[in-house]
Amino acid sequence: MNYLEVLRAAAPETALAITVLMVLSVDLIALRGESIARRFGIGALVSIIGCLMAVMFTFTHYGQTDPLHGLLVVDPLTNFLKLVLLALTVFTVLISASGKFTEHVGEYLALVLLATIGLMFLVSAEDLLMIFISLELASLSLYILTAFNKHNARSSEAALKYFLFGGMSAAFLLFGFSLLYGLSGSTHLPEIAAALKGRGLDPLLLVAIVTTVIGFGFKVAAVPFHLWAPDAYEGAPTPSAAFIASGSKVASFYILAKIMTMGFAGAEGSAVWHGYVSGWTPLIAVVAALSMVLGNLTAIVQSSVKRLLAYSAIAHAGYMLLGVLANTPSSRTALLFYVITYALTVLGAFGVVTVVEEATGGDALANFAGLSRRAPGLSLCLLVFLLSLAGIPPLAGFIGKFFVFSAVVGADADQLGLLWLVILAILMSAVSFYYYLRVLKQAYVLDAAENAPAIKVPAVTMFALVLLAVLVILLGCAPGLLLRHL
Amino acid sequence: MNLPWLTILILVPLFGGIIVAGVGAEQRRLARGLTLAFSLVGLTGALCLWQHFNAASGELQFVERHDWVPSLGIQYFLGVDGLGLLMVMLTAIVVPLSILASWRIDDRAHIYDALVLWLQAGLFGTFTALNFFHWFLFWELVLIPAFFLIKLWGGPKRGPAATQFFIYTMVGSVTLLLSFLAIRLATGSFDFIELANMAKRGEITAKLGDAIGWQSHIGLLVFFGAFLGFAVKVPVVPFHTWLPGAYTEAPSPVTMLLTGVMSKMGVYGFLRILLPIFPEQMRLVLTPLMWLAVLTIVLSACTAFAQRDLKRILAYSSINHLGYCLLALFAVTGAAAGVNQPELQKAAALDGVLLQMFNHGLTASSLFLFVWLIEKRSGGLRGLEDFGGIRKIVPVFTGLMGIALFSSLGLPGLNGFVGEFLIFKGVFPLAPWAAALSTIGLLVTAVFLLTLIQRVFCGPLNGRWAQMPDLTRRERLLVAVPIVLMFVLGIWPQLVLGTVDATVVKMVQQLNF
Amino acid sequence: MLAWTIYISFIGVLVLMLLPREAARAARIIALLTAIAGCAVAFVGAMQQANPGEVITIVKVPWIPSLGANYFLAADGISLVLVVLTGLAAIAGILFSWNIEKRTKEFFAYYLALIGGVYGVFLSFDVLLLFVFYELTIIPKYFLIARWGSTRKEYGAMKLALYSFVGSHLVLIGLIAAWVVARAQTGHATLDLMELSKVSFPLGFQHWVFPLVFVGFGILAGLWPFHTWAPTGHVAAPTAGSMLLAGVVMKLGAYGCLRVAMVLFPDGARMWQGEIAALAVIGIIYGAGVALVQKDFKFVIGYSSVSHMGFVLLGLATLNTIGLSGAVLQMFSHGIIAGLLFAVVGRMVYDRTHTRDFNDLQTMQLGKLLPFAGVTFVLAGVASMGLPGFSGFVAELQVLMGAWKVFPKTTMLAGVGIVAGVAYTLRAVQKAFYSDAVVPEKSGHDHPLEPISMPERIGAVMLITASLVIGLFPGLLLNWIQPCLNSPLFERLLKGGLL
Repeated sequence: MNYLEVLRAAAPETALAITVLMVLSVDLIALRGESIARRFGIGALVSIIGCLMAVMFTFTHYGQTDPLHGLLVVDPLTNFLKLVLLALTVFTVLISASGKFTEHVGEYLALVLLATIGLMFLVSAEDLLMIFISLELASLSLYILTAFNKHNARSSEAALKYFLFGGMSAAFLLFGFSLLYGLSGSTHLPEIAAALKGRGLDPLLLVAIVTTVIGFGFKVAAVPFHLWAPDAYEGAPTPSAAFIASGSKVASFYILAKIMTMGFAGAEGSAVWHGYVSGWTPLIAVVAALSMVLGNLTAIVQSSVKRLLAYSAIAHAGYMLLGVLANTPSSRTALLFYVITYALTVLGAFGVVTVVEEATGGDALANFAGLSRRAPGLSLCLLVFLLSLAGIPPLAGFIGKFFVFSAVVGADADQLGLLWLVILAILMSAVSFYYYLRVLKQAYVLDAAENAPAIKVPAVTMFALVLLAVLVILLGCAPGLLLRHL
Repeated sequence: MNLPWLTILILVPLFGGIIVAGVGAEQRRLARGLTLAFSLVGLTGALCLWQHFNAASGELQFVERHDWVPSLGIQYFLGVDGLGLLMVMLTAIVVPLSILASWRIDDRAHIYDALVLWLQAGLFGTFTALNFFHWFLFWELVLIPAFFLIKLWGGPKRGPAATQFFIYTMVGSVTLLLSFLAIRLATGSFDFIELANMAKRGEITAKLGDAIGWQSHIGLLVFFGAFLGFAVKVPVVPFHTWLPGAYTEAPSPVTMLLTGVMSKMGVYGFLRILLPIFPEQMRLVLTPLMWLAVLTIVLSACTAFAQRDLKRILAYSSINHLGYCLLALFAVTGAAAGVNQPELQKAAALDGVLLQMFNHGLTASSLFLFVWLIEKRSGGLRGLEDFGGIRKIVPVFTGLMGIALFSSLGLPGLNGFVGEFLIFKGVFPLAPWAAALSTIGLLVTAVFLLTLIQRVFCGPLNGRWAQMPDLTRRERLLVAVPIVLMFVLGIWPQLVLGTVDATVVKMVQQLNF
Repeated sequence: MLAWTIYISFIGVLVLMLLPREAARAARIIALLTAIAGCAVAFVGAMQQANPGEVITIVKVPWIPSLGANYFLAADGISLVLVVLTGLAAIAGILFSWNIEKRTKEFFAYYLALIGGVYGVFLSFDVLLLFVFYELTIIPKYFLIARWGSTRKEYGAMKLALYSFVGSHLVLIGLIAAWVVARAQTGHATLDLMELSKVSFPLGFQHWVFPLVFVGFGILAGLWPFHTWAPTGHVAAPTAGSMLLAGVVMKLGAYGCLRVAMVLFPDGARMWQGEIAALAVIGIIYGAGVALVQKDFKFVIGYSSVSHMGFVLLGLATLNTIGLSGAVLQMFSHGIIAGLLFAVVGRMVYDRTHTRDFNDLQTMQLGKLLPFAGVTFVLAGVASMGLPGFSGFVAELQVLMGAWKVFPKTTMLAGVGIVAGVAYTLRAVQKAFYSDAVVPEKSGHDHPLEPISMPERIGAVMLITASLVIGLFPGLLLNWIQPCLNSPLFERLLKGGLL
C-alpha cells in the first residue's frame, strides 16, 4: 500500500480538509470583532478557494485507481460526481453568504465543508465500512447544520428529530451491513456480490436488504422513513436545508444504486405487474410508490413554502427510486441525470426562499405575494426552478423525468411490466403541478400587500441563482452536455 | 351577346343591397330611390330573359357552368327552363311592388331596403341554381333577410313569430342537407339534372342502399328528410304552424314577399328536386301524401273561416291555395293506371300548378297590399269586425280589392280561375276521390272570402271610418299593375302557358317510367 | 422558412420583456408587428410549399441521440392550414386587446409566448419536440387568464392548467410506452414521427395506448366528458385569451389527436371509432343544449365551442378522407368564427357594458347603440350556425358526408345538434342585440357607450372576410388538406393497417 498513491487519490478531500482548518483558524484569529457579513464574506472566499483547489485536484487526477481495495475508488464517474458536489457546495456557500442566522460563521462553513468531504468519500466508496463512516461524517455535520439557528426554537427541534431518526437508521444500516459481512465474509462490494451469487433469497439476506433500504430510505427521505424531513427542512436555516436537499441526495442515491445493483446483485426479484418475484426491486417499488403518492398529496395542503419543498423532495425521491429499481445501465444514467439536475434546481429554489425569508421574515405563501413586481429577477429564477421541478419542458426537470420514466418502462420492453409505476409517477407528477403553480400564482398573479417590505437581493446570491437558473434551462434544452459525462 | 345573364341578374340586387346599406340613415329618399331602381333593373332583366327565351324547347337555357370545388362535386351551375323563368319573373314583379308599398317605412329605411334587395338576390339564386351546394347556399341565404325584416319592423308579437319561422325552416333545411349528403355519398353527384336522370333509370334507391346499408328503407328515409325541408316551406299541414304568426306579424309589404314569392320556393323545390329525384319513394307513400294535400286544402280553408284578423285570414288562404299545387303534384307522380291519356292529364295538372304558382303569387301579394293600404288608413287596425260598409266611403278601393278577392276565389275571367281549373282538370282523372274532397276547400274559400267582403265592405257603415280617404293617384297606379295582370292572365293565360308548356311536357316525360 | 414563425414570436417576447414597465403603446405596436410578421411568414412559407401532399422538412438537427430525439420541424398540408389560422388569430387577438392598460407589456409577452408555442406544435414532426411545445403553452395560458381575466379567473385558470397538464401527462405515458415498444421492435430508439408511423405496434398494445393518448389530447380539444374546463376557462379568460383558447389552443388538442394518436396507432383508432363518434355527438348536442339555457352571454359562446369541436372530433372518428378533411377545415373555420364571437362578447359588449347577463343586456338596445357589433355578431352567428357561404358550412358538409358513410344514426343526431345550434345562436342574437324587452325609464347607463374603435373594426372585418373567402372558395384550403390526406403518412389510417 503506497500512501503517496492514496494521498494522490484522496487529494481533493485532503484539500477540503485543509480548507476546513483554514476557515476555522482565519475566523478565530483574524476576524474576531468584525461584522457577521464581513466574516461570512471572507470565510466564504476561503471556502470557495478551497473548493476550487479540490476541483483542480479532481481534474488532474482523472483516471481509474483503486489503491485501497474498495475504500477509495477513483474513476471518471466518481470524479464527475465529486465535481458536482463541489459545485453544489460552492453554490450553497454563495447563497448563505448573506446569512444573518448565526454568529458562528467559521463553524458553519467548516461544517458545510466537512459534510462535503463526507459525501465525496461516500461517492468513492465501494466498501461497507467506508460507506458507513463517510455517511456518518456527512450526517453528523448535517445534523449540526440543522441546529444552527439559535434564534429559532424550531431549529433545535428539527435537528433533534433529524439526529434521532438518523441515529436509529444508522443503527439499522450497520446491522444490515454486519449481516452482509456475515453472509459473505467480506466488506468489499464486488466480493460480496460474488459470494452471494446463486444463493437465492436467504432469510438473513432478506433482513439485510430490508435494513439497508431502511437506512438509505431515511437518508433520502422516502416514505415511510420521511417523518423527519418536513420539520428538518422547515426548521433548519434555509441554506442548510438547501444543502441537505441537494448534495446529500446526489451522493446517497449514487451509493444506494451501487449497493443495490452491485452488492445485492442476485437478489433483485421483480416488480413487474403480474410478475412479482421477491427481492429488493419490489421493496423499493413499494417505497417509491408510497413516496410519490404521499409526498405529492401532502404538499398540496402546505402553506409554508419550505415544508412544501420538503414534501416535494419526498416525492422526487420516489421518482429517483424508480431509477434505482429499474436496474439497467440506462436507468442508472437517467437516475444520475435526474438527481444532479434536481439538486441544482432545489438548491436554487431554497436560495430564493432564503432571500424572501430574510426580507419578509417568513416563508409562508403569503410572503411571496407580488414577488414579480418586488423582485422581478428573483421571481423569474423562482419560475424556472419551480417549473423545472414540476416537469415543464424545456427545463431540465422534464428531461430528467422523461429519461427516468423511459428507462423504467424500457427495462421490461416486452411486456411493459413496470409501466404501472410510471403511470403512477406521471399522474402524481401531474398533481404536483398544482402546488408549484400555487406558489407561482402568489408571485405572479396576486398583488403585494400594501406595506410589504422591499426585497433587496444580495449581488452574490443573485449571481448564484441566475447561474443555477441558466444551468437548469441549458440542461433542459441540451441534455447532452451532462449526459456525456455520465 | 354571351354574357352570364343569370349571374348578372343575381349580382345586381346583391350589390345593390350593399350600396343601399351604405347610404346611411339620413338619406331615406336616396335609399328608396336606389332600391326601386335596382329592383326595376331586375325586372327589366327578367323581361329580357323572357323575350329571349326559346319557348319551344323544354331544355335549360342561359346555362352557366363552372367547376367550384371539384373534389366535392360542387359546381357553379345556373340555368332556367320554363319553371325557373316563371319564378324569376314572379320575383321580379312582386319585389318592386313590395318596395313601392313600403315607401313610407322610415325606421332604418336603408337597412330595410338593403334586406329586401338581398332577399331578391337570394330568390333569384334559388330559382336558377342547379347544383345542390350552390342552390342550398341561396336557399339558406333567403332566411336571414326574411328573419330580420320580420324581427325589426314587425308587429307586437314579432319576436316569437320570427324565431319560430327561422327555426322551423332551419329544421327542414338540416334534414334536407343530410338527405342530400347521403345522396351525394351514394351517387357521387350534387347535380340536380344528373340526379333526375339517374332517378329515371331507377338507380338512386339502389345506390343509396349500397352506400348506406344499415336500413332497408334508406331511400324512404332520405326522401323524408328532403320532403320535410320543402314541406315546411310550402307549407304542408301539419308543418304550417309558423306561417300565420310570421305572415301576421311581418309588416304587410314583407308579407307580400313572403306569400308572393317565398312560399313558392317550397313548391319549386317539390317540382325541381323532390319529384324528379324521388319518384319511386313518392309512389310508395302516395296515399298518405294525397291525404296530407287534401287535409291542407280543407283544414286551412276552414281555419281561415274562423279567423278575425284580415291578415290571418289571408295567411290561411295562402296555405289553401298552395295546397292545390300540392294536390296536383302528388297526383302527377301516381302510376296512373287505367287512366285515359295519362300524359295529357298530367300535363294539364302541371300546367295548372305553374299557373297557380304565378297567379297566386300575384293575387296574394296584391291582397296584402290592399290590407296594408287599409292599415295605413286605420292606424293599424285590421280586424274583420273593425270595418263595415266602407264601400260607400272608398268605392275605388272596394272595387279593386274586390277584384283581387274574386280572383283569389277563382272567378272565371280572372287569373285565379285558370290555374285551379287546370289542376282539377288534371287531377280528377288521376285521383278522383282526392279531387272531390278538395272541392270542399273551394267551397269554404268562397264562403270566407265572401264573408270578408260582406263584413268589411258591405253592410252598415261603421261611423269611425266616415272620413277614410280613398286611394290616392299614386296608390291607384301601384295597384293597377297587378289588377291589370289579373285580368290579362285570366283572359289570356296563354301568355304564361306558352312559355312553360314545353317545360311541362318535358317534366311529364321525366316522370313517366 | 416557416420555423421563423416560432422564432419571431419568441424574439418578440424578449423585446417586450426588455421594455420599460409603463411603455404600453410601444408594447402594443411591437406585439402587433410581431404577429403580422409571423403571419406573413406563415403565408409566404405556405405559398412556397410546392407540394402540400409531401412533408417538407424545415430543419432536422440531432437533439438527444440516446433517445432518438431530433429538433425536427416540418410541414405538410394540414400543418400549413393550422399555421395560417394561428397567424390570423394572433393578429386578431392583438387588435381586440388594444385597450388593455394593466401591465400591457407582460400581457403581450405571455400572448406571444403562447403563439410561439402553438406554431411550434403545428410544425413539430418529432414527438418529443411536439410534446415540449405543447406543454410550453400551458404556462402563458395560466398567467394570461389568472392575471387579466374576469369571472373567477384564478379558479378558471387553475382548472384549465391542471386539465391540460393531466391530459398532456396521459399522452406522455402513451408516448413513453410507444417509444419503448418501437425500440424493441426496430432495434433503435426513435422519436421521429415519420419513423414511428411506420412501426406496426401490436394490436393489444394499441388497444389501450390509443384511447390513452387520444383522450389525453382530447381533453384539450373539448372531448366530452372531459370538456368541463372549457366553459369556465373561456369565461374567465380576457377577450384575447378566449379568442386564442377557443380559436387555436383547442385545435392543438385536435391536431394532437390526429397527428399523433391516429397516425401512430391506426388500428387502435379503428377499434375505438364508434366510441369516439358517440362521445363527439354527445358533445355536439350537450354543448348546444347547455348553451341554449345560459344566462351569461359568454357562457353561451363557451359551450358553443364545445359543440363545434364535437364536429371536429366526429370528423376525426370517421377515418375516411372526406371526414378528416372536414375535421381539419372545421378546425380552421371554428378558429376564425370562435375568435369573432368572443371578440364581440368580450371586447365589444362586455368592455363597454360591464355586464354579460342577458337580463341586463336585453334592456340596453345594443342593436341600436352598437350597430357594428350587432351586425358582426349576426354574421358570426350565422357563420357559426353553418350557413352556406361561410366556412363552417363546407366543413360541416364534409364531416356529415364522412359520417353518413360510417355512422348513419350518429349523423342524424348531429343534425339535431345543428338545429340546437341555430336555436341558441338565435336566442343570443335576440337577447343581446335585438330584444323587444321594455327599456326601463331610468337606466343605470346614462353615459353613452363608446363607439367601436378602429382596431376592433379591422379585426372584425379581417375575420369575417376570412370566413367568407373560405366559405365561397373552400378549394383554397382543400387544395392543401386533401393531397396531404392522400400521402403515405395517413395511408394506414385511411385504408388498411393490421385489421
